[in-house]
Amino acid sequence: MSSNLRTFCAALGAGKKAVFFQFDWKAQRWNLIVALGAVVGGYIAANFLSVSTAVAISESTISQLNLLGIQDAGKAYMPASLFDMAALSSPKSYFILALGGFFVGFGARYAGGCTSGHAISGLSNFQLPSLIAVIGFFIGGLFVNHFLLPYLL
Amino acid sequence: MRSIVYFSIGILFGITMFKSEVASWFRIYEMFQFKSFHMYGVIGSALSCGAIITFFLKKLKVKSILDGKEIVIEDKARGWKRYLLGGLFFGFGWAISGACPGPMFTSLGAGFSPILVVIAAATLGTFCYGLIQKHLPH
Repeated sequence: MSSNLRTFCAALGAGKKAVFFQFDWKAQRWNLIVALGAVVGGYIAANFLSVSTAVAISESTISQLNLLGIQDAGKAYMPASLFDMAALSSPKSYFILALGGFFVGFGARYAGGCTSGHAISGLSNFQLPSLIAVIGFFIGGLFVNHFLLPYLL
Repeated sequence: MRSIVYFSIGILFGITMFKSEVASWFRIYEMFQFKSFHMYGVIGSALSCGAIITFFLKKLKVKSILDGKEIVIEDKARGWKRYLLGGLFFGFGWAISGACPGPMFTSLGAGFSPILVVIAAATLGTFCYGLIQKHLPH
């Protein structure tokens, strides 16, 4: 899925700045169509296939998030402080979303794949590089989750 | 015809990402806290199905219904630096934004508009990788 981000860059003219984006991005049209389908699928699932979208995370996670100031843990699909429209008027929320997104995009291309490319397809095909990448995902994620997020949220 | 197949796969993928709750920031947070089996169950079952399907695709030399050619899955390039270092960066972002590149699109469709900031920043991150690629260890 993350190759679509590279396609976005190429379509926006990034090929003028770096050879990495000099490829026939129109040949990636199929992947963009899959991504568009994922948008529509999200709309269908949220609006027509769900009675409640609250995510039933564990009690201990809920109390922990409450302590970090996230009061809607266990009651919503996403924390309102980051993903409600109102979050767009908070510089802090902007910063968290942008920081996270930047690393996801940078890391996915550096590692040559994301959760779908390495953790699912790569490991399904018993690729050692994918195992190394997934170990990297978890070392990075665990570090941030335990040592950075408590100060960031 | 082909576009309809791809679009349908995308819709199915999107519904699965939303309903399995892997597009939820809360589930990603919980996963990194090891407080629930949920995410490991979803990834584990996807992986089990994937491994079985990949095995038979290769074993039976299955041909694509789209172009009639045999489906070939290329091996990943050898090495470890780019995978470990890139993976670390990806993990940082995954834990902060609670979104990986597939579910980002699902969340957009589900109406969480601020995810656009994540998608834009991820595109910028991809662009920055392209700019400094030559200077990074791979």
